[in-house]
Amino acid sequence: MTTMTIAKAINEGLRATLSNNPRTLLMGEDIGPLGGVYRVTDGLFGEFGADRVVDTPLAESGIIGTAIGLALSGYLPVCEIQFDGFVFPGFNQITTQLAKMHARSNGNLTVPVVIRIPYGGGIGSIEHHSESPEALFAHTAGLRIITPSNPHDAYWMIQQAVDCQDPVIVFEPKRRYWLKGDVDTETPGASADPFKAHVLREGTDATVVAYGPLVPVALAAANAAAEDGHSVEVIDLRSISPIDFDTVTDSVKKTGRLIVAHEAPTFGGIGGEIAARVSERAFLSLEAPVIRVGGFHMPYPVAKVEEDYLPDIDRILEALDRALAY
Amino acid sequence: MGATHLPATEFDGTGVDDQLEAEAEAVLGEPPTRMVQLLGPDGTLGEDPVFSAYARRLDADKLRGFYADMAAIRRFDQEATALQRQGQLALWVPLTGQEAAQIGSGRASQPQDYIFPTYREHGVALTRNVDLAELLRQFRGVSNGGWNPKETNFHLYTLVLAAQTPHAVGYAMGIQRDQKLAAANATPGQPQEPKAAVMVYFGDGASSEGDVHESMVFASSYNAPVVFFCQNNHWAISVPSTVQTRVPLADRAKGYGFPGIRVDGNDVIAVHAVTEWALERAREGKSPVLIEAFTYRVGAHTTADDPTKYRGSDEEALWRAKDPLERLEKYLRVEGLADDAFFAKVKADGDELAAYVRKTTHDLETPDIRTAFANTYAEAHPLVAEELAWFEEYSAGFADEAHADEADTDGVANR
Repeated sequence: MTTMTIAKAINEGLRATLSNNPRTLLMGEDIGPLGGVYRVTDGLFGEFGADRVVDTPLAESGIIGTAIGLALSGYLPVCEIQFDGFVFPGFNQITTQLAKMHARSNGNLTVPVVIRIPYGGGIGSIEHHSESPEALFAHTAGLRIITPSNPHDAYWMIQQAVDCQDPVIVFEPKRRYWLKGDVDTETPGASADPFKAHVLREGTDATVVAYGPLVPVALAAANAAAEDGHSVEVIDLRSISPIDFDTVTDSVKKTGRLIVAHEAPTFGGIGGEIAARVSERAFLSLEAPVIRVGGFHMPYPVAKVEEDYLPDIDRILEALDRALAY
Repeated sequence: MGATHLPATEFDGTGVDDQLEAEAEAVLGEPPTRMVQLLGPDGTLGEDPVFSAYARRLDADKLRGFYADMAAIRRFDQEATALQRQGQLALWVPLTGQEAAQIGSGRASQPQDYIFPTYREHGVALTRNVDLAELLRQFRGVSNGGWNPKETNFHLYTLVLAAQTPHAVGYAMGIQRDQKLAAANATPGQPQEPKAAVMVYFGDGASSEGDVHESMVFASSYNAPVVFFCQNNHWAISVPSTVQTRVPLADRAKGYGFPGIRVDGNDVIAVHAVTEWALERAREGKSPVLIEAFTYRVGAHTTADDPTKYRGSDEEALWRAKDPLERLEKYLRVEGLADDAFFAKVKADGDELAAYVRKTTHDLETPDIRTAFANTYAEAHPLVAEELAWFEEYSAGFADEAHADEADTDGVANR
């Protein structure tokens, strides 16, 4: 067991996959000698060389597009998109090509491309550096989307993404890059399946589902609620596509109340999808409507007001109050 | 504003000294782009300082083969158009006029090369041994990609214009790494795998897409073994190529730092020569190459298009006079390389191909939607499994109804 940050855990995960499989390669902007703007690929260029840690031209469609070609020729590319808001020049390649190639080829071709995207706000940054566009990708069949919330998951999920035959987008909670935790580099243990949700804290009165950067917030809200005498179960979703509805539904059948929290705008978001599925699967267990806590229907606001935009402990507690009032 | 306001002449050009301008252009101006042509429209073979050497590699068999291929694919094109008119295909994308560009380039490729087409490259598909009836699956609506690219190294058609160009560069980057790895692990005296390159097709319309630019930047940066083959057929549906570019498309290669070459796309011998040169260059790791095949889409963009609304018949007539098949036929006859019997055989073979395609198209099996469930992901997926289970149950309900109907009528009415 080693203690490290999420950023370091991803770095170690990438180092492991580069060491274990000669066909893995990393590509992205500034990921070489600089080690990426968040230093997630720090040291890997020196260790594995320019053919395997590829500094690319500044062109996201080109990065994803060439990664598809590399995958077709038998390689396992891991692309870094520098910031969430800069993925859109590559959106066409991801949604019309990467996601559809396996189906288009009647299963003859696989394109095991991994795309790493640092996402989310709370870092006081300028426009396009704080977004949560996961729902736009979750809506596209053919993609898988996972998001770690702690170093142990970060270490294993990046490797599991590379091992997966399907294209996988790994959304990395950038404001948690420096969050420390224990990593067991010997065995994934409970994290063996990256597409399974984890119950992080058991409770009986309500369930809070969160993922990525909001997982620590949800846990803190559950702690605060406990002081008021409410027993709150917290689920780390981990996988956004597919969603582990079994774990969520089982929890709701027990607690009868569900809050879903994410930074992305609630409209058309993952929370709505979870609410709909849970109402289909556990309608008679619900004591209250499913409540979503998320961003507003606006472009991500300027840094000086982002605290009013981002869901925090109080916003989750307010939602819990509403749910418990039924 | 005052001081920062520039004189109007800076903007409207009225203050430009015409004399100075002409002198500047004389110094700065590039020589007009050369178009490589070996076989002229009149069927006579000309000389080219570089590419005649490549043309001399072609024996009579090869030249007759080019003709047979071009005739076959034109016949196929006519048959597919007819099948669309008869409602057997949802849409057809005709290639007539572009046979030389496609057969010449396709025949210059080697089996180990990997080809990325757009969606009009039926002629290239023929040279890569794709079953032409299989190729129609996409247009009949029974598949989004009718063949297995691994068997022919001919990728699936890509309908989002230019999206395949970065795929080609990435594939070439893979080949580059394969070759480095092979060289590192080579045992002296053991035969090496033949070197490979990638060729990617796109058109004058797609040349405006950003993906073409990004691919060329990547190709140049990594010196990827890739040949960009642009068929400038002059029309992107209804918009002329002059709207896509003010310079010959081949000239754009200069900006990326690799050779660009314009070739008469209706001259199969020149196309073959230029492509062979380009692919050899790419395989040897010298540089990417852009080829612009100057040709013409004689027919419509698709069977849903009406060219009379945007171009004159005089223009079409001008290009028909440059027909790629007619000029090769003239050459073969004058040189005594092919006789009436050969051309009669080509025609008979074409009719046979058409009959095969017609019959096979009718027989193309409609897939079960369960294959779409199965092929969305390569690995098991709970949502797909759940929706499939629902669909099975839902469908089973209709099966019960069908049985009930049969029972009601004592089995008399069979649906």
